Amino acid sequence: MFLINCPFCGERDQSEFSSGGEAHIVRPKQPTELSDDEWAEYLFMRKNIKGIQFERWNHVHGCRKWFNVVRDTSNDKILSVYKMGEKPPVNYK
Amino acid sequence: MANYRIHKTEYIDETKRVSFKYDGKTYFGYEGDTLASALLANGIHLVGRSFKYHRPRGIVSCGAEEPNAICQIGSKKDLTEPNVRATELELYEGLEASSQNCWPNVKFDIGGINNLISPLIPAGFYYKTFMWPKSFWKKVYEPLIRLSAGLGKSPTEPDPDIYDHKYVHYDVLVIGGGVSGIIAAKMAAKNNFKTLLVDDKKILGGSTIYQNNESIKIDDKLSSEWLKNEIQEIKKLSNLTIKTRTSIAAYHGYNFLLAKENLTDHLPEEKKKNKIRQRLWKIRAKKVVIATGSIERPLVFNNNDRPGILLSNSINKYLDYYGVTCGENIILFTNNDSAYETSISLHKKGIKNIIVDLRKSASSELIKQAESLGIKIYFNHVVTNTFGYRKINSLEIMKLSEDGNTTIGDKIKLSCDCLGMSGGWTPMVHMHTQSGGKLDFRDEDQVFLPKENSEDQISIGSCNGDFDLENIIDKTVNKINKFLYIDNQDYQDTNIICSKENDKRNIWLLPNKIPLGKTKCFVDFQNDSTAKDIKLALKEGFRSIEHVKRYTTTGMATDQGKLSNMHALGIIADTAGVKMGTLGTTTFRPPFTPLTFGTLVGRNVGKFFEVVRKTSMHEWHVKNNAEFENVGQWKRPWYYPKNRENMHDAVQRESKAARDSAGILDASTLGKIDIQGSDASEFLNRVYTNAWSKLAIGKCRYGLMLNEDGMVYDDGVTTRISENHYLMTTTTGGAANVLSKLEDYLQTEWPELDVYLTSVTDHYSTASICGPNSKKILNKLFPNLDLSDENFPHMSFKEDKLENINCRIMRISFTGEQSYEINIEAKYGHSLWKMCIEAGKEFNLTPYGTETMHLLRAEKGFIIVGQDTDGTMTPSDLQMDWIVSKKKFDFIGKRSLYRSDTVREDRKQLVGLLTDDPKEILEEGAQIVLDVKSKPIDMLGHVTSSYFSPNLNKSIALAVVRSGKTMKGQKLIIPMENKNINVTVSDTIFLDKENKRLNA
Ligand SMILES: [Zn+2]
Repeated sequence: MFLINCPFCGERDQSEFSSGGEAHIVRPKQPTELSDDEWAEYLFMRKNIKGIQFERWNHVHGCRKWFNVVRDTSNDKILSVYKMGEKPPVNYK
Repeated sequence: MANYRIHKTEYIDETKRVSFKYDGKTYFGYEGDTLASALLANGIHLVGRSFKYHRPRGIVSCGAEEPNAICQIGSKKDLTEPNVRATELELYEGLEASSQNCWPNVKFDIGGINNLISPLIPAGFYYKTFMWPKSFWKKVYEPLIRLSAGLGKSPTEPDPDIYDHKYVHYDVLVIGGGVSGIIAAKMAAKNNFKTLLVDDKKILGGSTIYQNNESIKIDDKLSSEWLKNEIQEIKKLSNLTIKTRTSIAAYHGYNFLLAKENLTDHLPEEKKKNKIRQRLWKIRAKKVVIATGSIERPLVFNNNDRPGILLSNSINKYLDYYGVTCGENIILFTNNDSAYETSISLHKKGIKNIIVDLRKSASSELIKQAESLGIKIYFNHVVTNTFGYRKINSLEIMKLSEDGNTTIGDKIKLSCDCLGMSGGWTPMVHMHTQSGGKLDFRDEDQVFLPKENSEDQISIGSCNGDFDLENIIDKTVNKINKFLYIDNQDYQDTNIICSKENDKRNIWLLPNKIPLGKTKCFVDFQNDSTAKDIKLALKEGFRSIEHVKRYTTTGMATDQGKLSNMHALGIIADTAGVKMGTLGTTTFRPPFTPLTFGTLVGRNVGKFFEVVRKTSMHEWHVKNNAEFENVGQWKRPWYYPKNRENMHDAVQRESKAARDSAGILDASTLGKIDIQGSDASEFLNRVYTNAWSKLAIGKCRYGLMLNEDGMVYDDGVTTRISENHYLMTTTTGGAANVLSKLEDYLQTEWPELDVYLTSVTDHYSTASICGPNSKKILNKLFPNLDLSDENFPHMSFKEDKLENINCRIMRISFTGEQSYEINIEAKYGHSLWKMCIEAGKEFNLTPYGTETMHLLRAEKGFIIVGQDTDGTMTPSDLQMDWIVSKKKFDFIGKRSLYRSDTVREDRKQLVGLLTDDPKEILEEGAQIVLDVKSKPIDMLGHVTSSYFSPNLNKSIALAVVRSGKTMKGQKLIIPMENKNINVTVSDTIFLDKENKRLNA
């Protein structure tokens, strides 16, 4: 059971949050100009990394804010938390 | 009756005699006993039958690892409990227990025949023997296995006990109150850490608390005396909470642990009443100290499972703690020093005993002590067989060869009434691995040890592989100082004297002259798997420990292989010729010992099982006889039976009334999202498939929301209340998800939009009045409101007051009738509803529930998202192309609507179905085919909604059918169990295609 440090509320139990999958996948500005393959790339393809992964979480039973999390999926340690729109920390790659 | 209680101890209160029943017979024990110690005091070893071969089995241990003494407690239908370990169950007056694994009784049972036919029950016997014929499984094999295996009986009535949950936060949690745990807790608490110490036993102290060997001393005192003093000390520490009878069930990530505290299990029946039985502690600790100790290993030799064969250290505990001897003529079979402690203890109490030691020689203080007491020791010998049916009466030993692979010389037969075995010690690394920790293997004494890999948990004491007292205390102090970044000096000058083990010899499967195939060398007592089974699995090609485990069922019983896993691994490694450390271990999964469901659910039973949402009109529905349907967490009126109507009749009456005069529905549960901000219109444009910019203030519009993959996600009517203010409605079940999804887009994709979303579902109550007389009823409620079609047409919105309370009124319709939805602040909902009912009396205003609502909308061909759609339907599949804007540059899901897959002509599409026999009602979910003769039958689709329409006087249905759009008039077949139903594809709208009723 993770302890997640919501950037707006502080440390809360995992049960207050929902996971939103991989972060930094930007919705294409002009979807109509994309081929089926390019659109499918945005729509379906995810990295599913074992190791350091950037992902989105929503404090759904709290402040309802979405934010980003850097998590090592091999041991579930959360290494960093940052707000939407902020640049991902550079020391994790 | 024999009395094996041979001396007084401070842990048994001989002034408090306790009577209990075991297998129907009454016995006596004392306060302080466990069921196991009381049985042994009465000379009872035989407590059950083995799982596969139904061999007699006895008590083996004194703790959580017990594989045999598994009991059924009580016989009441609501309170009986299976799978209780007699070794952990504290004795109380009136306890009724029965041995679980025997049928028809423990002394004679039919399954014993399996013992004779055991060559036919090899490893994987479930998979091999009981495979065919398939039909035999249900009727023959399974009942037989269940009956003869006697896996215990579940209670058949609800558990009347009270269970509790509690959340706690600590700086330091110490698991285990043995010597290392006590030192760790003291150091932590004295250095200002808020500390919790838990131990599963009744009293603290672990195995040191009854240690009374003169060769083991701390500060010149017996180690037990020294420890008692420490326990007195820590009880004074204000920073320390001590919880006994509390066992950790699970160690989850981020130091979140579950602990079960037993509060009343040890009390007599009348004292249990109205008290909380067990409490589940949900613990978050900044740091965790694991001091769970180790358990003694059995040895694997022929017939090592007879009653009277116990772990050596358990014999010691029964003697020194409970005052009970397990026999009068005891043999101890060992490969290490610890059995010598048992031997010396027995000797002191005058119990005759001898030692058989695998080692060629040994030279520690303990051994010298035993030798000087004149205890007979057979070094370099191995037990090769045991005898005695219901209890061991003798055994055979032989000399070991130099390499330990065979036996040599002559058999020596020794008589005994009890055999203690000690195959060394296994550190309890369960907690460490549950927390995500990895293990190292130490070859020297063949143990898996915690690999330190995290800054927030640590293992100390014998669970960390430190076995002698000096080692335990010194290392604990050092490690805790480092772990907590403190410099505690309390134990600086502690003087420890203890015997040091110098010699080791481990053989996983002991040699025997008899071929393995003819022996019974048990590895897993509870699941009855033998060394032969494991070797057979390897022979048949299994290599991974996880596979061997499942094939032989080794380690898969309720004890989770606490005694058997190491031997299974050792035998695999030896047989396959690989190093044991390279095999890895099986996974240790929570819970450490079984938990009752009651503990897990706590107070969330009965009314508190699930959150229930009720509308403000709920009481009226109850008073008026409504049957309710669960929609998400909401209780919605399903139908209102009158004069003992069944559902069908009630729905027919309600839906007819709604079309003929007027009906009223509680629509409060629909999701309502308040949308405000200068970009609200743009936002709606992006989330719905149709255009919203031009919607005039005071108008309503139906919208369809897609997922980015183009599939229909939700629908509902949204009203423009003012320039920058909309009220969106969602489906009842989808409200929370829609809000989350909209927030997601707003916060992450379009943060530049000035839009604010607020859930107002619970803030408003909604009464929806429909039918040809709805306008007249509205007129009575709102006499000043101009209800003319010119002023208040379909799909528009007005505000008016009802006795000074503001109402939002939408003229929108989900039934196809002229219809008004009145929204009012939730606290006035009940009054609003009653006023509507009063005003509607003269028009036969009929309350209707969700079933009638579904029927009415189906007559009109309106979809229900989630019933007629299932996450694979596009708007075009639903024949709703009209709602998809061609002009809009983008909206959620737009691009997906012309992917190669979504433009396929042969997708499943929504159609209407009419049965050839108008009285035949289709089953929702029924499959639809074109032809029943071709095999395999090609499935074209399925029925999604089906009703008998009283207004059309025929059966109607909606369905999704492959290429359905082009099939109008096509005859199709719905094959059912007993008949084939003929249907014809129709339009999806069955009633009032011209919308005359809507605008009337
Ligand atoms: Zn938050």
